[in-house]
Amino acid sequence: MSDDILTLKGVYTDIAQYHILADLDLNVPRGGVTMLLGRNGVGKTTTLRTIMGLWAAKKGQITLDGTDLTALPTSDRARLGIGYVPEDMGIFTDLTVAENMILAAAGGGLDAKRMEWIFGAFPALRTFWTSEAGNLSGGQKQMLAIARAMAEERQLYLIDEPTKGLAPAIVSTMAGALRDLKKQGASILLVEQNFAVAKALGDTAAVMDDGRVIWTGEMAELANDADLQERLMGLSMETL
Amino acid sequence: MSDAPDHSPTLAALSISDRLGQAMPYILIPVLVVLGFLAIGSTSSWLTLTVSGLAMGMMIFLMASGLTLVFGLMDIINFGHGAFISVGAFVGVSVLMAMGGWTTAPSLPLNLIAVLLAILAATLVTGILGWGFERVIVRPVYGQHLHQILVTVGGLIVIEQMIHVIWGPHEIFLTRPETFQGAITYWGAALEKFRLLAVVLGLIVFVTMRLVLRRTKIGLIVRAGVQNGEMVQALGYRLRLVFVGVFIAGSALAGLGGVMWGLYQEVITAGMGEEMMILVFIVVIIGGLGSVEGAFIGALLVGLTQNYIAFLEPKLALISNIGLMAVILMWRPQGMMPVVKAK
Amino acid sequence: MINILLSGDRPRSMLLSALLLVILIALALAPFLFPGVRSLETAARICIFIVLVASYDLMLGYTGIVSFAHTMFFGLGAYGVALASTHMGRGFDALLVGSVLGALAAAVLAFAIGLFSLRVRAIFFAMITLAVASAVAVLVSQMSQITGGEDGLNYLTPRELTPAFRFGEAFGVKLNGRLLAYYLVFTACLALFLMLLRVVNSPFGRVLKAIRENDFRAEAIGYRVVAYRTMATCLSAAVAALAGSIFAIWLRYVGPDTTLSFSIMLDILLMVVIGGMGTMYGAVIGATIFVLAQNYLQTLMGTASEATSALPLIPELLSPDRWLLWLGVLFVLSVYFFPTGIVGRLRGVR
Repeated sequence: MSDDILTLKGVYTDIAQYHILADLDLNVPRGGVTMLLGRNGVGKTTTLRTIMGLWAAKKGQITLDGTDLTALPTSDRARLGIGYVPEDMGIFTDLTVAENMILAAAGGGLDAKRMEWIFGAFPALRTFWTSEAGNLSGGQKQMLAIARAMAEERQLYLIDEPTKGLAPAIVSTMAGALRDLKKQGASILLVEQNFAVAKALGDTAAVMDDGRVIWTGEMAELANDADLQERLMGLSMETL
Repeated sequence: MSDAPDHSPTLAALSISDRLGQAMPYILIPVLVVLGFLAIGSTSSWLTLTVSGLAMGMMIFLMASGLTLVFGLMDIINFGHGAFISVGAFVGVSVLMAMGGWTTAPSLPLNLIAVLLAILAATLVTGILGWGFERVIVRPVYGQHLHQILVTVGGLIVIEQMIHVIWGPHEIFLTRPETFQGAITYWGAALEKFRLLAVVLGLIVFVTMRLVLRRTKIGLIVRAGVQNGEMVQALGYRLRLVFVGVFIAGSALAGLGGVMWGLYQEVITAGMGEEMMILVFIVVIIGGLGSVEGAFIGALLVGLTQNYIAFLEPKLALISNIGLMAVILMWRPQGMMPVVKAK
Repeated sequence: MINILLSGDRPRSMLLSALLLVILIALALAPFLFPGVRSLETAARICIFIVLVASYDLMLGYTGIVSFAHTMFFGLGAYGVALASTHMGRGFDALLVGSVLGALAAAVLAFAIGLFSLRVRAIFFAMITLAVASAVAVLVSQMSQITGGEDGLNYLTPRELTPAFRFGEAFGVKLNGRLLAYYLVFTACLALFLMLLRVVNSPFGRVLKAIRENDFRAEAIGYRVVAYRTMATCLSAAVAALAGSIFAIWLRYVGPDTTLSFSIMLDILLMVVIGGMGTMYGAVIGATIFVLAQNYLQTLMGTASEATSALPLIPELLSPDRWLLWLGVLFVLSVYFFPTGIVGRLRGVR
């Protein structure tokens, strides 16, 4: 196989009568962080949801490490090793933090060693282990959402805007945790609007416009070329 | 998500009024019981009425619990749920009648075994029927409320009519097993034995359900699924299977409720499920869609209110439940403890 | 001219137009084309159910709200006329007062129910109407000193509308008060139907359709969805009550079974679904076919049941009492396979 963990080939996704993704090609290399960038409304979230099977692709093919996902239901895709952090975090607010984490370990119980690592990254989760997740602050909920994805070792992590609306201190906690995850050799597809985070974490980047990928390359190349940013996204990333 | 971002590890503390708001529904039952006592005056009448109100409430809860979970989990409103109540009653009563010797013998173990066998048969049949109903009637109309209501009403008619075909067009009268007839006297109040049995059974089912929902992984999945089904699937669980399981369990519980209600009324008709559905819907609405606890409290409120009012002002009994529903919806338009937020 | 009468909502299908025309002519000339008491009863029933079903479709088909209280509104109108005729004495003034009060009561009650349920969830409405309707039905049969209980009420309508009032003969048909009563029913129903057609094709009707398609979007555009839904519900209830009044004038009797029972509610649902939801013409087709089938098919089932009496189970399934079984099956199948009903089929499925 190639060294891409995930490939999307000619993917089309409609939501109601709207064509959101049109002929989308995307490759996510094994190991490292791939940034999925683009203006609002170009289909980044839809891309992640289509990979998860939460929206059905009308056409095209999605493969994870050589396995064709296209016809599989969401639950099977998750079982093949995709950890997903949706844009709205998808926290079960009536359940405790502990219960949220237990559910995240679909394969079995929680691994103690992994939990130590998670608690190290997000101490607040240990503090509020038995509290209802609905009572957590926005930042703590985001930590829980990412911790759920990290609860088991996954082939691929899909993370949608983990720093949206968070205070700078929490953004750095979050970035630290993701860097930690990356260091362990994980493959991550990350949607991120915060330029500093994107620049610090991203290895490669794919820029979307109007439902398709219009540019792929090294993150560093994009980060250092304001003209390119302007051309691809209509604005320089420094202003974000 | 517009929650204020803060890193300080403090929980958003609940204000006193919030806590009181959460506890309010639980407090309502004792409040109602005390009000009933003040209004009725006589201790013995009050005790009798309270027990029969609780018994009635428990039986309605059996019928309502499955419906509210099915709604919460899959956003499906099953107007055919009443069919399982009727079928459960007919199957259960047929089994009891077949075991004539065991039910007329004045022996508690024999009577109990007969009733348990009847319950077993009823829940088994209604469970299987529920499985078929989900496959044939409900599945094709997923996510379309309008069609769901229409099709499940159609299913209800067909099943009800099939009861007529199988068991004949007339109601069936029955007598309870020997040891569950009559009443015991306590504090001068006559407490019907069967009602006490219904209360005990209802409590057992409620506590078991709560334990399953709180303490087991399957319960965790169900509770999470009620809140956010997509995320449950994205974590690797087949929500469909869980849902079918809940549908079957809910149908079986309705069947159990049907047997108990038939034994309580000592007469069963094909239309009994349809009639009970009216109370069941009221319970599900005032409890809050998707909430088992809400359905439990709602069912007890309905049972108690109906019995108290029937004693105090018989003419009002018929509309007491509508009144109760109106009052509760004015207080909380979503029902007492909604799990599924309104769309 | 026709275009104005139909409010610009043409049948848009040759076959459908022909069918509607046949029904219109048959109903308009029913006393002369099909003489006899039974066929006149059937014709009047068809007229009344067309209005009743059309008013239900205003809610179900045009607004996407499911109500189980439509017979309650129907009954309110019927009991309005019956009570007015009982207490005010026979006369057209009693009919008018009863009809108006019945329609008002229905609209107010619909408003109250809508207030509780529609602002929360459309699905609440279905459950709450079921509960309220059954409570009202029980109430009516319990308050026998006012409503006559299970026996219902018999009362006198103006002499001009009774068979005793004779005024000659035409085309071999005796002209009497019954004939006048039929034409009163026919004209009133035609007027109500054309009014409903006007409503659904007015700007108001177009907003309702927008809400049915996508209530979020309608709300976003700036329509107050709850207000529109409530208005549609009230209007629908009032028209149903008027249909009930007409029914009471025609029958000269009201009772819980003929006006309030759940089985009539099921009949209405079936007529809407078979005819086609979301089109007023569906009500015409659905009601006509259904009432005809109800009157004449049951006889057929009885014959079939007797013919198969030697076989096990089958006569039981075919017995005229099991009429509802087949309706239920038909109903489920139509929702699955003909969600647009006969009219949808004739217009070509879109």
